[in-house]
Amino acid sequence: MDKRKIEESIFKFFMIFSAIIVVGSLVFILAVIFWKGISALNLDMIIKTPKGGYYLGKEGGILNAILGSLVLGIGATLLALLVSLPLVFYLNLYLGKDSRLAATVRFFLDVLWGIPAIVYGALGFTLMVFLGIPASLLAGIITVALLIIPIMSRSMDEVFKMIPFELKEASLAMGATKLETAIKVVFRQALPGIVTAVLIAFGRGIGDAASVLFTTGFTDSLPYSLFKPVATLPLAIFFQLGTPFPEVQQRGYAAALVLTAIILFISILSRVLSRRLTRHVIK
Amino acid sequence: MKFKTHISVKSLSVWYGQHKVLNDITVDIPDKKITAIIGPSGCGKTTLLKSFNRLIDLQDGVKVRGKVLVDGEDIYEPKVEVMDLRRKMGLLFQRPQVLPMSIYDNVAYGPKIHGIRDKKQLDKIVQRHLKESSLWEEVKDRLHGPASKLSIGQQQRLCLARGLAVEPEIILGDESTSALDPMSAERIERNFLELKNKYTIVLVTHILRQAKRLADYVIFLYLGNLIEHGPAEDFFSNPKDPRTDAYINGRFIEEIRK
Repeated sequence: MDKRKIEESIFKFFMIFSAIIVVGSLVFILAVIFWKGISALNLDMIIKTPKGGYYLGKEGGILNAILGSLVLGIGATLLALLVSLPLVFYLNLYLGKDSRLAATVRFFLDVLWGIPAIVYGALGFTLMVFLGIPASLLAGIITVALLIIPIMSRSMDEVFKMIPFELKEASLAMGATKLETAIKVVFRQALPGIVTAVLIAFGRGIGDAASVLFTTGFTDSLPYSLFKPVATLPLAIFFQLGTPFPEVQQRGYAAALVLTAIILFISILSRVLSRRLTRHVIK
Repeated sequence: MKFKTHISVKSLSVWYGQHKVLNDITVDIPDKKITAIIGPSGCGKTTLLKSFNRLIDLQDGVKVRGKVLVDGEDIYEPKVEVMDLRRKMGLLFQRPQVLPMSIYDNVAYGPKIHGIRDKKQLDKIVQRHLKESSLWEEVKDRLHGPASKLSIGQQQRLCLARGLAVEPEIILGDESTSALDPMSAERIERNFLELKNKYTIVLVTHILRQAKRLADYVIFLYLGNLIEHGPAEDFFSNPKDPRTDAYINGRFIEEIRK
């Protein structure tokens, strides 16, 4: 065979190999948690709170952690959205393409994105001590929001950057203000991307253990107050897998299965929603 | 040709950063006529056009010297409300830029932001201007469908209707037919001819035949300089500057030494 064809097939092999690694690792993760967790997963697991303590208890379920994670995830996502959306509008509509400030903000966001979640946890903890807030749902929401703001705003930012300059011009040329252009035109054009960014950030936030380790505490009861500790799925997994008892560990895998299912659902939802919302989008 | 002036450009120079795009332009644009701005790519045609509704303000590092008078008022005075100025002019881009909403909402966009809320009134405006841009018959049954589903020629006519819906005095076209197929381009050109009794129309074009077909008045720019301007018949039949002569007859301009 001639040399160029061999080159071609070697590179093709690497490309296919990479694809297999990506697909394979998801399948592998799903298989492991399914195999190890499915036997402990029953109706009680998802409709009851733990009995005998979350750490060693073998009875009851993890409803406290499921609800806790959902409340925490939704709260943090909304808070992050409140910061990200105005930020992205500012970067893309008010600051010009060559703006130094915009470049600096983007650089900061990229650095923030790279900071490990445990550091956000430590930061949250320091803030809590400083402000005198106990380990609570509120502290967790703030910390997770800080963690996902860079993810959310940078993903939205990429969507906004793709919006043609002429579209903004077209609106401004009609005598619209920048705000009207932002809300009525740019927002609608970017909506599918915004939804995706929000759901990705939610998925990232709900699954993170390190940021809530110091900030939310843990509890056997359902979430009922912003100022009380709250249980979360990542920590439920962390604690239960850490016990020496196989039955409890199995419950940890069941919790992992639930968490993965939630994240999978979110990913699929984001696909479906963004397809629905593209009806008016200009290509 | 005697005419009433609508837009009067006086010693206008424009820089993008260090780069001077327009150099001391002085020219009057006649009221309710079609004026064509012609010249090779990069000669400043679009910049001149966008200086009329101050869309050049959006460019980074833009600097403007000189005056542009619209209805006798200098639009670069600090007291001028840019939003009101832009409302006086409808702009058609090279590629139709429909807004990400329904056909109806595209046309109603301008009137709505300028304060018209009454549904019946909006319905009337939408219908009138879709008729004016000869799109009504094709879209009357799907007014609430997405504008992005229209053909590109229909999109450009929708943009025209959208521009007309704010009741402008001036229509600006930035090579508005160059992205269209010949049939659609012809329809837009016919639209312009029908509209010129009511509006002042300024078209940037690099298609000479289009300028010949449509224009009453022609402005020729070359490398940011105003080379020649005048009524279309004179301009094309009896160009005064050798560079104009070269350009309209398809010869190289660079070879001409002044």
